[in-house]
Amino acid sequence: MSSPPETVMQRVTAADFKSDYKPIWCPGCGDFTVLSSITKALAALELEPRNVAVVSGIGCSSRMPAYTTAFGFHGVHGRALAAATGLKIARPDLTVLVTGGDGDGYSIGGNHFMHACRRNVDMTYIVMDNHVYGMTKGQPSPTTEPDWDSKLSPGGTGLKVFHPLVVALAAGANYIARAFSGDPNGTAEILAQAIRHPGFSFVEILSPCVTFRPEQREWRNIVRPAPVEPTDDPVAATRRILTDDGFNLGVLYRGDRAPYAPPIGHPTHAVADLEKGFAL
Amino acid sequence: MMQAAERRRDPTSLSLAIAGSGGAGVMTAGTMLLEAAARAGLYGMMVRTSGPQIRGGEAAALLRFSPHPVANLDDRFDYLVAVDWLNLQRFADEIPLDAGSIVIGDPSEGAMPEAFAQAGARFAPLEFKATAKSIKGSWPNMVALGLTARLLGIPEDVVAAVVEGSLKKKDALVPSLAAVAAGRAAADAIEHPPALARAQGGAGRWLLTGNEAAGFGALRGGVRFVAAYPITPATELLEWLAPALPKVGGVLVQAEDELASINMALGASFGGVPALTATAGPGLSLMTEAIGLAVTAEIPVVVVDVMRGGPSTGIPAKSEQSDIAIATSGLHGDAPRLVLAPNSIADCLATTQWAVHLAETLQAPAIVLSDQFFGQTRAVVDRPDELVLPGGRLVAAADTEGYRRYADTASGVSPMAIPGTRGVAYTADGLEHNERGIPSSQATDHRRQLDKRLRKLETAEYGARWADLEGEGELVVVTLGSATGPVREAIARAAADGVHARLVSVRLIAPARPAVFDAALAGARRVLVVEQNHGAQFLRFLRAHYDLPGEVRSFCHPGPLPIRPAEVHRTIVDWSRA
Repeated sequence: MSSPPETVMQRVTAADFKSDYKPIWCPGCGDFTVLSSITKALAALELEPRNVAVVSGIGCSSRMPAYTTAFGFHGVHGRALAAATGLKIARPDLTVLVTGGDGDGYSIGGNHFMHACRRNVDMTYIVMDNHVYGMTKGQPSPTTEPDWDSKLSPGGTGLKVFHPLVVALAAGANYIARAFSGDPNGTAEILAQAIRHPGFSFVEILSPCVTFRPEQREWRNIVRPAPVEPTDDPVAATRRILTDDGFNLGVLYRGDRAPYAPPIGHPTHAVADLEKGFAL
Repeated sequence: MMQAAERRRDPTSLSLAIAGSGGAGVMTAGTMLLEAAARAGLYGMMVRTSGPQIRGGEAAALLRFSPHPVANLDDRFDYLVAVDWLNLQRFADEIPLDAGSIVIGDPSEGAMPEAFAQAGARFAPLEFKATAKSIKGSWPNMVALGLTARLLGIPEDVVAAVVEGSLKKKDALVPSLAAVAAGRAAADAIEHPPALARAQGGAGRWLLTGNEAAGFGALRGGVRFVAAYPITPATELLEWLAPALPKVGGVLVQAEDELASINMALGASFGGVPALTATAGPGLSLMTEAIGLAVTAEIPVVVVDVMRGGPSTGIPAKSEQSDIAIATSGLHGDAPRLVLAPNSIADCLATTQWAVHLAETLQAPAIVLSDQFFGQTRAVVDRPDELVLPGGRLVAAADTEGYRRYADTASGVSPMAIPGTRGVAYTADGLEHNERGIPSSQATDHRRQLDKRLRKLETAEYGARWADLEGEGELVVVTLGSATGPVREAIARAAADGVHARLVSVRLIAPARPAVFDAALAGARRVLVVEQNHGAQFLRFLRAHYDLPGEVRSFCHPGPLPIRPAEVHRTIVDWSRA
């Protein structure tokens, strides 16, 4: 699918990855800066928009694909990882990003999250976690605090908070990091690393919902760089994540498991050869 | 009047069931018998039926042989060969016997079940167990193979070659052949059927199941990505494709569930690789949301639904045509989609290939309604003709000026950009969108895109393949899928009685095309709609979309019992003479 080298190779910039379609997000939404970080990372990697696909499900942050100039796939709620898996296996030449939120990824899409981690297809999963369903106007998600009051769950859900990094590590993700939307350059750097890292990379980005969780504006005062270096040892990563309060930023784990990439496009037979198996 | 249509012995074919407990190897014996008969020039088929147990339990291979191709089971069985009697009475409905039938069973295993005696079947004893025991390392099912092969008049060397080719453990060959010989010898004591006419099938014939045929059709259609989640009775289709796909440069991925498998297929197809998944009713139910995405985002995809008894878990290993309603109307919103129904085992190949072609050409989802009968039945068929289908996916050229993915073209089909192509990036979207693909909730955009998606299906050229139209008469039998075989046989029997009826076996179920359908039913005064489900789903679909002429009657019953030719024959003759 590669095209002939171009005569004048212009260096791509972050702006080349930004479409002219205006986001529907609320003013102050963390997702704006995540969009910037994504475009910066793609430019830093000197990728061409046409060779990048951004895949998503449903939710505020799942609107991301159309805001880029890459090929986009805005599918059904919770199934972005499955669609991206099919795309990457069918088209290993593409750089595949998956974007979405905590409801899309951890609730309705939870099963695919687990299996995408263990399948380890070479793609990058970016979750903009704001601990709330924003598009449906403020219901608790799996990462919402148990006592957070809402119309749908008055008095709070009372449920234990889902810990995506723990699940990702246990299920076998090959690269696990946490970033903060308020730090666009740091986020861009982590994203570039994640995209470069072979296998399934999971980047959880704390991205405040200023509309339904205005108290998340305080996150900028709470987040901090993780006090330890990234590790390739799952045991060390596990020890570290068990004491994590959800606000340590940086790379938690970098594994070296070979990506799942079944060969495609290398026929050894003509289709007609297979009918020999039926012939009497 | 009833007399003319009652069950009667079909002199052109022989029907035979081999039954026993799960470990008795009756499926192995049946498969070998079918292959030996095929090599001896006969046509035939083997339907599998079994109890609900994973392993063990009761099982039966239902076979029918003829010098001519056979498409369905007969009304009755000439022989029931019972290697043992375990729970055999559970098959009494599926293995109808009469006074002309012979039950060959092992007297040391007990008496013939009452249900078969009541049918008037005669009993012929054969010591399967003791015979096998007398030959060290042999099994009763090989005795049954020798016996049945002899009853069919299959030469000894043909059977031996099949046994040799089938056995995995080569040291089992000598005792197996000895058991086959003992079975042949025992057949001398049993009444033989009238010999079948000289076998007519030569070289070039195939032996395959509908699931294998559908898999091969997918490859011929160009499918190179398959996402799979196991489900009875579609699993074998996926298992056939798993090693076949890499050979032709494709890939099969096992998904975590059916939600994933359909979405993986959509992702691959979005990437430009023709994609398919196969499932049964429960899986199709889970896939409906994503099939709607394929409609709206205009992503080609094929879903082969190997129908089984429903709803819910239903009767997983037995056939029923009861997913017609969900396939034709099971999506939310106004969602035009293609629904196709192969009408023979061989046609599973052509119709799946056609489904891929249509999905690709029209950038729409296509559901192929196969069923357990087709999927798991192995049959001898004439090698199907190669199908050449010009067309395929219309893709956008690089740097197309002012590219609009969902352009409102005259045909409704708009060029689809494939990722990697320069200057035509877009976002495939399940949100309603404008021509550029930008989400839009405006009435004009919604109306325009709904019109476009409907128009491309309704105005496409489908040619003569949409249905099999046969015969003349004012009584028209409209049917689909695996009901076609017994209907065709019933119409032939009626013709022999001097009653003429027309067959309309519909292959392209959706989109409905009233002009074409009306023309096929022109002159009809009576319309009989035959289908294997409880709620007359096909008739309801036809009534919703067509003005059926004259008097209309439904002939439907649920699975797992197949539609039998005699029932349809009786209905046709009685109604014609009423």
